[in-house]
Amino acid sequence: MKQGEPSILVIEDELPIRRFLRALLANEGYHFVEASSGEEGLRLATSQPPDLVILDLGLPDMDGQDVLQRLREWLTAPIIILSARDQETQKIKALDNGADDYVTKPFGTGELMARMRTALRHANRVGTEATTISIGDLKVDLAARTVLVKSEQVHLTPLEYKLLVTMLKHAGNVLTHRFLLREVWGPLDSQEYHYLRVFVASLRRKLESDPARPRYILTEQGVGYRFASE
Amino acid sequence: MSTDDRPSPDALLARIKAEETSQVRGALRIFFGYAAGVGKTYAMLESAQKEAHQGRDVVIGYVEPHARPETLALLAGLESLSPREISYRGVTLREFDVQAALARHPDLIVVDELAHSNAVGSTHEKRWQDVEELLAAGIDVWSTLNVQHIESLNDIIGQITGVTVRETIPDHVFDMATDLELVDITPEELLTRLKAGKIYLPEQVQRAIQSFFQKANLTALRELSLRQAARRIHTDVESIRREKAVTHPWATAERLLVCVGPSPTTGRVIRTAKRMAAALEAPWLAVSIDLTGESSNSPAKQQIAQHFRLAERLGAETVTLAGQNITETLLEFARARNVTKILIGKTHQPRWRRLIFGTVVDEVLEQSGEIDVYVIHGQEDQKESPAIKRKRTTGNYVPYVKSVAFIMATACLAYALRYLRFADAEANTVMLFLASVAWTAFRYGRGPAVLGSMLAVLAFDFFFVPPFYNFAISDAQYSVTFAVMLTIGLVISTLTSRLRAQVESTRQRERQTSALYELGKQLSSLCGRAFLASAAGEKIAEMLAGEVAVYLRRSTESLELVFGRDSTIARHAVNESVAHWVAEHDQIAGAGTNTLPSATALFLPLVGSQQTHGVIAISAPDPERLVEPTQRRLLEACANQLALALERDQLAIDAADARVQAETEQIRSSLLSSVSHDLKTPLAAISGASSSLLEVTTLDDVTRRQLLETVVEEATRLNRLLENILQMSKLDAGAASPNKQWHVLEEIIGSALHRTARELAGHAVEVRLASDLPLMYLDGLLMEQVFVNLTENAARHTPTGSRIQITAAVDGETLRIAVADNGHGLPPESVERIFDKFYRATPSADGGRGSGLGLAICRAIVKAHGGDITAANRQSGGAEFIIRLPILKDSPHIVVE
Repeated sequence: MKQGEPSILVIEDELPIRRFLRALLANEGYHFVEASSGEEGLRLATSQPPDLVILDLGLPDMDGQDVLQRLREWLTAPIIILSARDQETQKIKALDNGADDYVTKPFGTGELMARMRTALRHANRVGTEATTISIGDLKVDLAARTVLVKSEQVHLTPLEYKLLVTMLKHAGNVLTHRFLLREVWGPLDSQEYHYLRVFVASLRRKLESDPARPRYILTEQGVGYRFASE
Repeated sequence: MSTDDRPSPDALLARIKAEETSQVRGALRIFFGYAAGVGKTYAMLESAQKEAHQGRDVVIGYVEPHARPETLALLAGLESLSPREISYRGVTLREFDVQAALARHPDLIVVDELAHSNAVGSTHEKRWQDVEELLAAGIDVWSTLNVQHIESLNDIIGQITGVTVRETIPDHVFDMATDLELVDITPEELLTRLKAGKIYLPEQVQRAIQSFFQKANLTALRELSLRQAARRIHTDVESIRREKAVTHPWATAERLLVCVGPSPTTGRVIRTAKRMAAALEAPWLAVSIDLTGESSNSPAKQQIAQHFRLAERLGAETVTLAGQNITETLLEFARARNVTKILIGKTHQPRWRRLIFGTVVDEVLEQSGEIDVYVIHGQEDQKESPAIKRKRTTGNYVPYVKSVAFIMATACLAYALRYLRFADAEANTVMLFLASVAWTAFRYGRGPAVLGSMLAVLAFDFFFVPPFYNFAISDAQYSVTFAVMLTIGLVISTLTSRLRAQVESTRQRERQTSALYELGKQLSSLCGRAFLASAAGEKIAEMLAGEVAVYLRRSTESLELVFGRDSTIARHAVNESVAHWVAEHDQIAGAGTNTLPSATALFLPLVGSQQTHGVIAISAPDPERLVEPTQRRLLEACANQLALALERDQLAIDAADARVQAETEQIRSSLLSSVSHDLKTPLAAISGASSSLLEVTTLDDVTRRQLLETVVEEATRLNRLLENILQMSKLDAGAASPNKQWHVLEEIIGSALHRTARELAGHAVEVRLASDLPLMYLDGLLMEQVFVNLTENAARHTPTGSRIQITAAVDGETLRIAVADNGHGLPPESVERIFDKFYRATPSADGGRGSGLGLAICRAIVKAHGGDITAANRQSGGAEFIIRLPILKDSPHIVVE
């Protein structure tokens, strides 16, 4: 972890949003750096590398996706995208381009803060992999390859287990269908999303108390899945 | 001459129109001379050089390569188009390349020799047609012309010089020239130049001097050209005066009528009429009277058709009249059309006939009343085609044989009667013969009837007049009987055959009228361009026993062959381009016309009031028939009918489109009025709450918190409303085409419930899905929206603590999904309308702030998935929404191992 308060770079052209983010982030104890255009954002990112970037995709001077790609060329810090609803393809593209998460406008402050915390935690946890993960009633022992729900062992098929572990590793982050297919099934025809859906449904039946109202494996409709981090 | 100096509205309008056209059309300047060698080309190129020096974009389109060296020297420094080379019978001909000129599109183009005839295979027969196309494209054109090439002067000059010029230009082309530049030198000077070899090569000089270039000729030609130029200047002055002048009485408009007959002298009469009409600036009509009703390819009819074509070229309106009496019909028409002057050719008839029967000319002169009549001495036109004469001699002898046979049969009958001593009075025999003559006349026409009446007299003499079996007569009384019998026979045959001809002619007209009527009736009962085109095509093909193809406009650029794909017309590649030309220029072209005559069919444009709808191509076994004026008018009438029908069809489609547009417009406006209210309410709450927070400093913490909660809640509501509106407009616009994938229904319901967790917090939600649900082919986002809207709707309209049940099961070939609640249910009258846009059944629990769009969106989405959604009240109380989605047979089955 870095010394002092984490610095957050906000690249967003709308002043009202910058203003309320400034108030919010300062209050939460973050160091706030703001840019109103893509060029300025890129410049600020190089001059004072941030711990986290909040990037709006709709910028006046350049495409947000380009800004994202150019940042990702060298920046390892998490990047959270701000986007409008109904732009699922944009979201997927941003995630594929290296964004860590997204928040859909309009968003509540609680939601944004939770995403930021998750992202920062992930960024700092690299290398300190735990062997057991415990979320709610769910306990997974990575070394022993056992899964317990409410202290009862659950039998998973090898693929189910692999899917669960992949999601757990990125708990709290959105994982696109394509990413999950590639991680679990390998280089498969990546359009066959329904394989994934069927396996997720099966996994939910084994892990969730009410599979129709999941608590662990949340659906990001049109994008992918997010494993609840807490 | 017109003394009309007051600028009449019509004249001003015409002036404005002319100015408008001249803005888009190029201007034509003609360098006008009276003979070769006066220096027209030289003058033209000299002026062109000047224009080029002043920076104008001048291009030399074509200058005759045999021009004089000093003339050719003037080409230096000017851009020239290379001529098009056409090989014709082994000779390479060089022609002006009109396509290259259009492509180059200069400001001004110089094209020598306006009256030139193009080589076979060119777009147009004549160069002036090329020039017209250039002018139409907005290019200014300079060209040269000699006086003897003007069509209406052609015969006069032929008389003066004894040399008939075949290359002529229609008068309207000459009149079309914006500027006329007269290039004039004295005949003496011209002859000097000729002798100096400046005009023709030495070996041609002598021949030229002996024929055309006689001083007398040259003087006469010079006078003619000066007169033409003077007339032109006068017209220009007149038009300027008319524009500027203030007062003068209205002059009665002159209108000329020229009688057209089959006589070869008519050509001259027509040309005279044109000159007169030009001098009077009067419109003129060429009229023929159809007395004989002979079939359309009779020699006389063909001759008249040829004269009509000449008259049309010279700018006349042509009319064919039908009637019993030439004079009456003619004068009646003349009066109806306010004709002021009638021109009629002098009839060539033997003196005795004129004395006894009088002539049409005399009759017209006698009865014309207030109309002036000019009798023109006609001179035989040398242009008459020998083919027509030949046709005239190939008579048909069969009617004569039949007529003779019939009279002989009558003689036998009369003889039998006499033998039987029944009705054997001489008077009865005469009557019998006359009756058979009348029948012959009606059946076989005039010639056989005349023969028959003479034969009847002879037979009567031979068999029935004593001494019998002998042509001698015993009683001189009989000579009177013979004379009367012959006269009556002749009169009967003339009258009867005329009657027959009229019946024939009426029948033909009747056929044409009924064909047109039939066509009109058929077209009015049909709709759809393809149907209209093929109905008209079939009818016209049947009428002419020929072939028809119809090309209709697909877009502004391209034509589509809609009817006649199997016809020979479609098989010739050249026809396609002719069709394009016709559609573009709105002019008749193709076989039998002067434009693009190489086509295998006649092409008529289908001109509607707003646009040209396409082209109809007609080919008949006898192409001459197509150009015959009556036939052509019939074809034009058919084309008009089709054009009108196509236009009506187009308008109907436009009207339907407009109706749909209006409905969409109406929905949009009701959306606006509904939405503006719904948008303003939360905005008012937000701005009210936040401004109180900002301005009122004395608020306690509880109130502050309440105000802040209001802001958040109203913002959420506003967001939801906006999303609904956006979604609805996307669905309406068809922009939200479903992105379908194989989905697990449970997951979709799950994510919907996750999204609405806040709204559902006070309700008990129960999901019961059958375990055997197949994968569904859906757009996950859209279907999630359906469940979001349905559950939110349920939450909003039921009291807190109510239960919301979601169940799904396979029902036959559909998946039945129900979203039910145990609230108050729907008002019975709203069940039908609840899915309509902006329909709100009841004020909802939170104060009736739904957008009225939620369920409409659900319906649109479910429909887009091929399913349906219904609403009903449950028997146990509460409302129930039922979605049925089709289950696809090929749904993948995946086993999780």
